[in-house]
Amino acid sequence: MNTNTIKEKKTKEGNATSIKITGAEAIIHCLLEEGVDLIYGYPGGAIMPVYDELYKFQDKLTHILTRHEQGATHAAQGYARVSGKVGVAIATSGPGATNLVTGLADAQIDSTPMVCITGQVGSHLLGSDAFQETDIVGISTPVTKWNYQITKASEIPEILAKAFYIARSGRPGPVLIDITKDAQFDSIDFSYKKCTGVRSYNPVPKPDQKAIDAAAELINAAKKPMIVFGQGVILGQAEAELKALVELSGIPAAWTILGLSAMDTDHPLNVGMVGMHGNYGPNVLTNECDLLIAIGMRFDDRVTGNLQTYAKQAKIIHFEIDPAEVNKNVKCDVAVLGNSKETLQLLLPLIQKNSHVAWHNEFKMKYDIEYNEVIKNDLHPTKDGLTMAEVIEEINIASNNSAIIVTDVGQHQMIACRYAKFNQSKSNVTSGGLGTMGFALPAAIGAKMGAMDREVVAIIGDGGYQMTIQELGVIFQHKLPVKIVVLNNDHLGMVRQWQELFFERRYASTVMVNPDFVKIAEGYHINAKRVSERKDLKATIQDMIASKDAYFLEVKVEKEDNVFPMIPTGASVSDIRLK
Amino acid sequence: MEKKWFTISIYSENNVGLLNRISGIFLKRHINIESLNVSKSEIENVSKFIVVVFCEEEIARKIVGQIEKQIEVIKAFYHLDDETIYQESVLFKIASSLLFDERQIQNIIKDNNATIVTVSREFFVIAKTGRKHEIDEMYMQLLPFGIMQFVRSGRIAITKTEMPISALLAKFQKS
Repeated sequence: MNTNTIKEKKTKEGNATSIKITGAEAIIHCLLEEGVDLIYGYPGGAIMPVYDELYKFQDKLTHILTRHEQGATHAAQGYARVSGKVGVAIATSGPGATNLVTGLADAQIDSTPMVCITGQVGSHLLGSDAFQETDIVGISTPVTKWNYQITKASEIPEILAKAFYIARSGRPGPVLIDITKDAQFDSIDFSYKKCTGVRSYNPVPKPDQKAIDAAAELINAAKKPMIVFGQGVILGQAEAELKALVELSGIPAAWTILGLSAMDTDHPLNVGMVGMHGNYGPNVLTNECDLLIAIGMRFDDRVTGNLQTYAKQAKIIHFEIDPAEVNKNVKCDVAVLGNSKETLQLLLPLIQKNSHVAWHNEFKMKYDIEYNEVIKNDLHPTKDGLTMAEVIEEINIASNNSAIIVTDVGQHQMIACRYAKFNQSKSNVTSGGLGTMGFALPAAIGAKMGAMDREVVAIIGDGGYQMTIQELGVIFQHKLPVKIVVLNNDHLGMVRQWQELFFERRYASTVMVNPDFVKIAEGYHINAKRVSERKDLKATIQDMIASKDAYFLEVKVEKEDNVFPMIPTGASVSDIRLK
Repeated sequence: MEKKWFTISIYSENNVGLLNRISGIFLKRHINIESLNVSKSEIENVSKFIVVVFCEEEIARKIVGQIEKQIEVIKAFYHLDDETIYQESVLFKIASSLLFDERQIQNIIKDNNATIVTVSREFFVIAKTGRKHEIDEMYMQLLPFGIMQFVRSGRIAITKTEMPISALLAKFQKS
């Protein structure tokens, strides 16, 4: 029954407007109507009617069986982050559904468009503590942009259309749709209409010309302006507008962790990363600039440090799509609401050409300080132990700065985001807001499938790797040429660093006794190598990047290295430590 | 910043689960909901939540922003007490014998502008509408005689100034 399409049924039944199909089949048609050709998931009792339809539609809709439902969500996220499309994950009721929660929370805080579909016990059993019943709508409410429980098959087309619309529009986010088993079995007259609006939801505020004018006036008058751009630039597809603004105004531009790759890292006006482990210059100069232009970022506490001392001397302009973010953490002088592409396009004609040479020199001077204190030792260490940074640098070289880098959470993530180089947008996939260990391996699977023509390198710590290590099974089964680099310091490095700095070296539960990672990868029939000496690093990484197949590389790095610079929690951005 | 009483008015779609979504926003910030009332509003098929909280204005503003962001919320506002006309309702259930034995009770009813809703052989029910402190006073007056049951509604409130939602109303009625 692989040719089971709506069209054929329509002619057979001679009905042009609608056809009679089961709810489960309707779900598949909804996905196809939304342009979905790839979903991640895990079957189980309450979602079996849908899986039965997936079997029939396998030529149109690829289902990837992850080894855990959490893996399905992170894979869907990775796919969404590199492709800009909505990621889809599917799971059964009860434990299947609860295993989605971490991925939902991650997608919510990082504004990733995702639709999760869960099976639910039959509607007559709802609330009865039935087998594998959980109130997933209740559980997922705080971590979804929207969620809904379908108990009647007739609701499926309209609700799924709404789900995709909400997930991808405005500030994107995750949507969970819970569908009772009887709604999957029941028949409906199917017809599909894409959702184009929800009356109570205004996804993109209309730009206010007065705010744009006020912003332009401040920008043109500023002597020491600084741009901080976030993921809003990527989500709004405003990379070209950002570049034009930066080049025209000559304003130094810094990125947040999720803004990384929106502008080429080698761009001369790019001054590095802000935040806890960001670069010295943009952090310190946040408290010296006279105008801070925030574009598509939300002043996360990891960016601002102590709010009482954050950019108090500066006027602040906030380009933002979500009104709830305006004046939430940092009070701004001018709020420019709207989609970043649209607002920057309106702003550009009003901006005067400038170069801010003296101001740029201050960034250069700060960079030199950071180079001498930190970067030099990270990239060109004089001791024997390998540093994480030199691994990243070799990956930059081997991939010509063109790889998609997927990172997990911890020291390796901060080092990768500090040192990885990018020459394309949507290339940095990391768990920013939630800090989800275990994110990278499944997210790299999704990233690869969302950009098959691109090199995807997952960089993972030895801790986070073991949280979702089972997803190696997907890489093996589907022969996905994902490159996996585990930077192994035999510690939960970031927590250990905090213990060293703030807990008098009491290393509580941060020493890892690790298995033979190479053997594990080989158990999944993945080419695997281990490097523990500098002399082998370059050639092995070149081998890895050149490989047409999946490749696992464990690099034994220095066990007790720290990530600097660092803004200690609660400290001011200008009190960033270099050691 | 000083804490004050705020009345938050939320216009929303009438959907299952929305109350959970809204109350979660207060929960996340560890703000106690002092009173909650849900009813229909002046706009057809639009519900109105009235939530009373005691917090700093900054928090009230942020909460309203985060509430308004929810897909099924149409608009949300916050107001201070003196910007609204607000009331609560209560019911007291009292043993019928007291109505005849304790003449004072009749005076309490009169003085408080309360009404007797029903009288039976065993009990009678007094209803009163007013401000919280008026209700509290009446409660204290009746307490010595014995209250069989007591219940107070959430605050209901309307604003003195126009709720800036009339444009939306017009748009909805067109669609």
